[in-house]
Amino acid sequence: MKVSYVTPLDLAVVVVIVTAALTLWRQSLVASLRALSLQGVGLGVVAMVLGAHRRDPVLVFVGVLVLLIKGAAIPRLISRVVARDHPGREGSPLINIPASLVGAGLLTLLAFGATRGLVALIATPAARLIPFGVATTLIGFFAMVVRRRAVSQIVGLLTIDNGIALTAFLATSGVPLVVELGVSLDVLLAVAVLRVLAGHLHRQFNIQDLDQLRDLHD
Amino acid sequence: MKSTLLWSGIASLAQLIWLVLAGPLALGLMRKVRSVIEGRDGARVTQPLRDLRKLAARQRTRPTDATWIFSAAPLVLVASALVLGALSPLASLHVLMSSRVDVVAVLFVLLLGSVALLLSALDTGTAFAGMGSSRAAMVGAMTEPALLVAILAMSLGAGTSNLARLVDAGVATSTLAGPARILALVSFFIAVLAETGRLPVDNPATHLELTMIHEAMILEYAGPDLALITWGESMRLVLLVGLFSNLALPWGIATSVGALSLGVGLLALTLKVAVVAIGVSLFEVTTAKLRLFRVPELLAGAFLLGVLSVISAVALR
Repeated sequence: MKVSYVTPLDLAVVVVIVTAALTLWRQSLVASLRALSLQGVGLGVVAMVLGAHRRDPVLVFVGVLVLLIKGAAIPRLISRVVARDHPGREGSPLINIPASLVGAGLLTLLAFGATRGLVALIATPAARLIPFGVATTLIGFFAMVVRRRAVSQIVGLLTIDNGIALTAFLATSGVPLVVELGVSLDVLLAVAVLRVLAGHLHRQFNIQDLDQLRDLHD
Repeated sequence: MKSTLLWSGIASLAQLIWLVLAGPLALGLMRKVRSVIEGRDGARVTQPLRDLRKLAARQRTRPTDATWIFSAAPLVLVASALVLGALSPLASLHVLMSSRVDVVAVLFVLLLGSVALLLSALDTGTAFAGMGSSRAAMVGAMTEPALLVAILAMSLGAGTSNLARLVDAGVATSTLAGPARILALVSFFIAVLAETGRLPVDNPATHLELTMIHEAMILEYAGPDLALITWGESMRLVLLVGLFSNLALPWGIATSVGALSLGVGLLALTLKVAVVAIGVSLFEVTTAKLRLFRVPELLAGAFLLGVLSVISAVALR
């Protein structure tokens, strides 16, 4: 009986963390958006599996919502910017890709070590997955630090958000619908704004590299 | 007791004979699949065997400055593959010394062949061979950690690093789809592609100076020595593919001694290796070779997947 929900839950959580690593791995922006979309799907499945296990229709609904917004709507919004304005590659990240992948591995270990107390405290099958949620958040931060392109940084931001949501789903017995709705719509709005901003940056100054934004222009 | 020993001897011998033939045939199969997809007729599946016979009959040539290392390397390569063919659980769990064969030891014996080739390439003193061996060393140095971490993850899951028991643990568990296991297998597969010089890392069918890795190393070999190297490399490929498929899908492997189970094991092994080989050639048709400087990215990714797999093996126990 226990196995019936633990294995799908494990798989969905691992999908989230592997896609977070994929956004660091692949240079192609299209590929990292595809990974982001898969990450949203994984997150939605986590919420749905947990909801089904706790017989909580609201949580299942939240899962469907997360799947639609984070798995479909947000990646589609960003991919339009990529298709229109940007060349398809992350140019030169601050840290090269092998080193940043090793960094992601170290961050995962760090998350694993830092959440040991929390995991021991809650002691449910869902709670032992909390390190992966924290690790996803850290990998998102890391991506925002090392990547230069506006789109890559948006992907990093969304990874952070997904990591926080994952941790919340696993640690608590479900976030209230209103809160989850608020957060998801906030993120959607933020992405819409960032997307417009990235498009304007490109058209006005013809740059995608945020490190070039050092001087003030009229 | 005595009959068990006898049967393990027979199993080892059967695996050895199987490996000797399966190496070149797998190579032929992969080439055939590739040519059919590309719309060519392609050579027969048995063509590599004929090539080996042709090469073996030719004169042996050596660079003037080469030492004994140059002559020894092909023998070391073939010998390491043959030893592993006899001792690793390919068709049967009960082969000679199966209770002593550790995964790490298997990987290091496999590495012995690679190192012998590397040294022989340096030994010839030509610029190309040296370049090839430096590239091979780079790829090898990044592949080994990925391979070892993937193996570590699988060992953690099974609680043993003994190869036969590791495969047996795969037979015993009903859930083949644990996350740690899937990640470890993906990482292992990428490492196998790199270790055997298949496409995203090295193109086995080219002699283009700028890109070749393995072919650059063996440029000076001719005749029987070249035959030995081709043969040894093909056996290594089949060995790694066989180990991979046994770790991924251990079905059909002989868990008891006896002629029937051994026969079934050999048949299942042949099928699995053929399926994986066809899969690899399909994959090769659809991918382009990575630029040499992007190979570390691929292998670092494999390493990261291995690390994630180890972490999930520990965390999700």
